[in-house]
Amino acid sequence: MTSTEQRAGRSGARLASRLDHRGSPYLFVSPYFLLFAAFGLFPLGFTLWVSLHRWKLAGDKEFVGIDNYTFLLTNERFGAAVVNTLGMFTLATVPQLLLALLLANALNKRMRGLLYLRMGVLIPMVTSVVAVAIVFSQLFSHRYGMINWAVELFGGEKIDWTASKLTSWTAIATMVDWRWTGYNAIIFLAAMQAIPRDLYEAAAIDGASPRRQFWQITVPQLKPVIIFTVFISTMGGLMLFAEPMMFGNGRLDGGTRGDFQTIGLYIVQAFRERNNFGLAAAAAWLLFVLILVTALVNYLFVNRLRGSK
Amino acid sequence: MKQPKRLRKPWDATVLTRATLILAVLLSIWPLYWMIVIASRDISAATRIPPPLLPGGNLGDNIVRALSDESSHLMAGLVNSLIVSATVTVSVVFISTLAGFAFAKLRFRGSTVLLVTVLLTMMVPLQQIGVVPLYIMMVELGWVNTLQAVILPFLVNGFGIFLMRQYTIQAVPSELVESARMDGASTFRIYWNIVLPAVRPGIAVLALLTFMQNWNEFLWPLIVLQPDNPTVQLAIRGLSETNYGQDYSMIFTGTLLSIVPLVLVFIAFGRQIVGGLMEGAVKE
Repeated sequence: MTSTEQRAGRSGARLASRLDHRGSPYLFVSPYFLLFAAFGLFPLGFTLWVSLHRWKLAGDKEFVGIDNYTFLLTNERFGAAVVNTLGMFTLATVPQLLLALLLANALNKRMRGLLYLRMGVLIPMVTSVVAVAIVFSQLFSHRYGMINWAVELFGGEKIDWTASKLTSWTAIATMVDWRWTGYNAIIFLAAMQAIPRDLYEAAAIDGASPRRQFWQITVPQLKPVIIFTVFISTMGGLMLFAEPMMFGNGRLDGGTRGDFQTIGLYIVQAFRERNNFGLAAAAAWLLFVLILVTALVNYLFVNRLRGSK
Repeated sequence: MKQPKRLRKPWDATVLTRATLILAVLLSIWPLYWMIVIASRDISAATRIPPPLLPGGNLGDNIVRALSDESSHLMAGLVNSLIVSATVTVSVVFISTLAGFAFAKLRFRGSTVLLVTVLLTMMVPLQQIGVVPLYIMMVELGWVNTLQAVILPFLVNGFGIFLMRQYTIQAVPSELVESARMDGASTFRIYWNIVLPAVRPGIAVLALLTFMQNWNEFLWPLIVLQPDNPTVQLAIRGLSETNYGQDYSMIFTGTLLSIVPLVLVFIAFGRQIVGGLMEGAVKE
């Protein structure tokens, strides 16, 4: 090889290496952004577009402006779905996160078999929503359910869990809590372990009881993680779908009077059963807005935890 | 209840703490145990008062009945879910480790902005909000009732990128990346030969979580698939609907079969799942 060729070869290699150096990072992150654009961002924009039309699967699409939105915002059934969703969400999330906090605190102590206890509370997460919903629907069944059996055992009267808002919300919230409390506890636990021990030791020397330490050290220190879990629960809770559907024997109407029809069920009902894609899309956008607003409100609320310090 | 203070450290568990935890674990297991009880008995068990507390001997029978139930296509559902979950898992792991490596170890203009963008996309539940246009897309493509329609919207996952970025930062020393580069290794070679082997434990966690999530997906398959070609979740829903109020032992057998793969995975890797969740959580 002559020296010119060598030099050319070397600079060619250097160019390739520089291209690799500069270009590879973008190449490596691009699959995510491309696929996200196609199956995430585009549908979100397209939903907005569809929501401004009278849109059936076949036939003409007619631009109707905000008609779908005004219909929804004045529609009793949709209003009820919003109330139901928020009701079930609150009924599920508040006890869930409080229990998870206490559970995490307990799991943070030193004892034998700790790993097994931690795995134990995670087991519900491993099951499927549909399986859980089927089992719980049976446990909550009116005549033969184990829960009513226990209610009678303690001298109560059998409850028809599907018959009213409060009872059906309770049953559905129970399924959600059963499935997710342990998961949140593990997340809290991870953050608890990062809290320095000397904070507690100092507090103990000052004579603070364990309970006081929990509320005045642990909880404020966990604030970022609490915000995170509240956010995750808000998204999950407001998109509730499988549980209320299975609780209603697979129907989308949330019981005969719509007592537990969520926005998710409403959306699917609108376009599966009524072939009204525009309305479903508008409802989906309203759900999106509701999630953002609820997340913001929750954030502001949790953010005030600092005040207790 | 109070023990002498000098013997007990504040972080030692009290009897009450232990009892609470054991109760919590029992409550966590109970519905699953109940599933096994009913799945292993005859039709009358679910309506008996007082309820039976121990498993019976009919599990084999019930499994045969559930798998051969013609209206629910449970067998097809199990196979479909296996294909879908495995495909999505491979894709998510590959794309997440690649991007996670780039965000963790490579310097490039705009990386912070892009990383924040990934974080923001994580917070928007697009697959659910976009269910109407996604369905229209699949109709236009002629993919309704096909498995690719179920798979495509889930091929990427922002959470996976964060988890793998986190993992790469601590598992792969920067000096190693630099020296490999000095030796003339291309970036992809570094990824393939150095990063991938080092982050294998992280991959295990991500793979398990992704598999579980997709095995459990319900809303989107319900929309885009027809009952004759279900995923496992749709199949057990079908099983529960066509047999509603009649045959709980068969329905519960179906639900039991639907969670067997997940439970097996959990028994094998539960320790890593707990560790992985805790790993991923701290950063948020």
